[in-house]
Amino acid sequence: MGAVWFWIVAVMLAAYVVLDGFDIGIGILYPFLASNEDDRSVMMRSIGPVWDGNEVWLLAGGGTLFFAFPLLYASAFSGFYLPLMIVLWLLIGRGASIELRSHIDNGIWRSFFNGVFFLSSALLAIFFGAALANVIRGVPIGPDNYFFLPLWTNWRVGPQPGILDWYTVVGGLVALIALAVHGGLYLALKATGDLCERARRFSQQAWFALCVITLVSLLATILVRPETLDHYKLHPVSFAIPVLVVLSLAAMKIFTVRRQELNAFLSSCLYLAIMLVGAAVGLYPTLLPSSTNAAKDITVAEAISGPYATHVGLIWWSFGILLAIGYFCVSYWMFRGKVSPRADGYGH
Amino acid sequence: MTALLMHRLQFAFTITYHYLFPQLTMGLALLIVVLKTVALVKHDERYNQASRFWAKIFAINFLLGVVTGIPMEFQFGTNWSEFSRRTGGIIGQPLAMEGVFSFFLESTFLGLFLFGEKRLSRWAHWGAAFMVFVGSWISGFFIIVTDAWMQHPVAYRLLPDGRFELTSFWGLLLNPWAWLQYAHNMCGAVITAAFVMSAVGAFYLLEKRDSEFGRLFLRVGVIAGLLSCVVQIFPTGDLQGRYTAKHQPAAIAGMEGLFHGERGAPIVLMGQPDIERQRIDNPLVVNRVLSFLIYGTTSAEVKGLDQFPQDQWPTMLPLLFYSYHIMAGLGTYFALLMIVAVFLLWRGKLYRARWILWPILLSFPLPYIANTAGWMTAEIGRQPWLVYGLLRTASGYSTHVSAGNSLFTLLGFLGMYSVLSILWIVLVYRFIQLGPESAEGHSRPDGIAA
Repeated sequence: MGAVWFWIVAVMLAAYVVLDGFDIGIGILYPFLASNEDDRSVMMRSIGPVWDGNEVWLLAGGGTLFFAFPLLYASAFSGFYLPLMIVLWLLIGRGASIELRSHIDNGIWRSFFNGVFFLSSALLAIFFGAALANVIRGVPIGPDNYFFLPLWTNWRVGPQPGILDWYTVVGGLVALIALAVHGGLYLALKATGDLCERARRFSQQAWFALCVITLVSLLATILVRPETLDHYKLHPVSFAIPVLVVLSLAAMKIFTVRRQELNAFLSSCLYLAIMLVGAAVGLYPTLLPSSTNAAKDITVAEAISGPYATHVGLIWWSFGILLAIGYFCVSYWMFRGKVSPRADGYGH
Repeated sequence: MTALLMHRLQFAFTITYHYLFPQLTMGLALLIVVLKTVALVKHDERYNQASRFWAKIFAINFLLGVVTGIPMEFQFGTNWSEFSRRTGGIIGQPLAMEGVFSFFLESTFLGLFLFGEKRLSRWAHWGAAFMVFVGSWISGFFIIVTDAWMQHPVAYRLLPDGRFELTSFWGLLLNPWAWLQYAHNMCGAVITAAFVMSAVGAFYLLEKRDSEFGRLFLRVGVIAGLLSCVVQIFPTGDLQGRYTAKHQPAAIAGMEGLFHGERGAPIVLMGQPDIERQRIDNPLVVNRVLSFLIYGTTSAEVKGLDQFPQDQWPTMLPLLFYSYHIMAGLGTYFALLMIVAVFLLWRGKLYRARWILWPILLSFPLPYIANTAGWMTAEIGRQPWLVYGLLRTASGYSTHVSAGNSLFTLLGFLGMYSVLSILWIVLVYRFIQLGPESAEGHSRPDGIAA
């Protein structure tokens, strides 16, 4: 049961990154790709009807994590107290900026929310990347299963690290670049004319940076946490993951060059999903490694809720998630295709 | 400034602020369905126009409900980690179900409702509005199930390491406390929406503008207001009071300010609890009524605070007393106001009776206060317990998060929410100023909120 819920939570969080990732990416690119108000409007309207639903994956994933692994939820959420609160503030600011900027047709009002949208999106990407890197690196879990991390200590990876050290900053950069490319490919898919061209060009250039940072993060992970490699050696089939990462990167490039925008975007989805699955494989069966003493790792077996609750949960979860996938199909189908450059009515 | 106090203040502040928005949107979702239904049945385009206007106000409030709701889901873990560790196997269930069953539904159909009017058939658009209503009411249900389990724990087994394990899924969902509280709470949400709608109607009539819509809002608002105000008192409020008396007698004694138990207990209408002398100062009482309200006979014995050990008294007793009295007092006023308004509506005089339009306009903040006071009654009444009788509040917080760190984030929330409040006032006032005539369903929205 533990393994099932581990993968359920992992898949929900991966769905969050893939889906909300592209609208965060749009936010990162917002000041750079839009040359006028019409462009900004197209970028906003490309995510308008879907961003809120995308963000629900974070909430539903978080709720499922709470339910399935209360110990992990309690320990990690209180231990990562400050960065999580900052993430909450960023999510609030970002949601408000997307929704409120269009209501008043005034330069100052819009400029303000444009700025909030960009900053909150970029910082969220960095924080999410750093958060995942923290989980991979491990934290100083105490004898009572709790810990508390300051935002930074000496920026080194040691037994008493901060939230930010050189390794987690690398993680943040991976997320920043990956989501910017992801957003760029999404925009190329949704926009027309010049804006589409700029998005395509950006994605192609940033692709090189993405390849470099992916490689750096891979090597850094093996350096910082050699145990991940052991998990891979235990299941040699999992070495397919790095191969898939390379293939998805290659596919992104090839499809962008061939102007197959949908395929390029889907390759980026695959890239993000596989990177996360790779991290999950490296962790399992640990949920949160200890940086001081491997015996204090929080594991799946230790944190899983009671057998009755998890069995019942599996029934309603399967049912509910099928419904949710259904809603998503309806919503994305309704708002499919290119966003019209003129802002008359919604979309096309 | 202990860490415990900081964590409590932060949760109290963020949840109170958050609930300013869902109470309106849950009630308004129902009223929008009513407007859309009338429009369909009567083929009356004005009702569609009215629902477009309210959809804009709904969207802003919904957004603020969403963004202030996200912290709520996180703060169980961040600020109340020991509580989460022990009870996650139980309350994690409804919280996860809320995400899976309600949030996906709401976000999808809200998009269709706000943007889809031109593309959907009339019936399909009605359906989208209906699904938004269903989604928001499901969401409310799962939150109430969570709170009801803390108020009245059922279907659990206590493990040796202090964790609670679920023993019956249906036992959890069918907790009688949850259903009583849900009925009372949702009715309260409808009151907020009905008062807001009536107040906007009264505003237009007093301003002598958009009078056609002013009359429409007032009509729908006061009828919905009267129905919900009556149901709020009887049966939902009555039943919840009795159930609380049965399972949380100390909370009832605190709410009523009954320091000494007695047969034929009086009800205190007003007064100031004086804990040092264990009495109510300047009491305004009606004899025997409390016994009657709880047990149906004027001679029944009601337990007073003196019958409970002092370490089980609700902490912050005066605040509990005032919250309860403010809620009940306002509830009574709401019912009276709406009875008068509906009577005038029936006599065909409401729209010209400025003496009643003024109180209707000025009363719109009061249901927010009453709903907040009601929640404070429930949650302060639950003290000193997090899980009633089983887990104390002082044992549930995140001991590794210091008071200083918690104050830092509390101040952050205060600042953030101040900005949101200003934006909210500017935008809602603007919508009301622009008026219902200008509410185009498809007016170039960038985001979800049209």
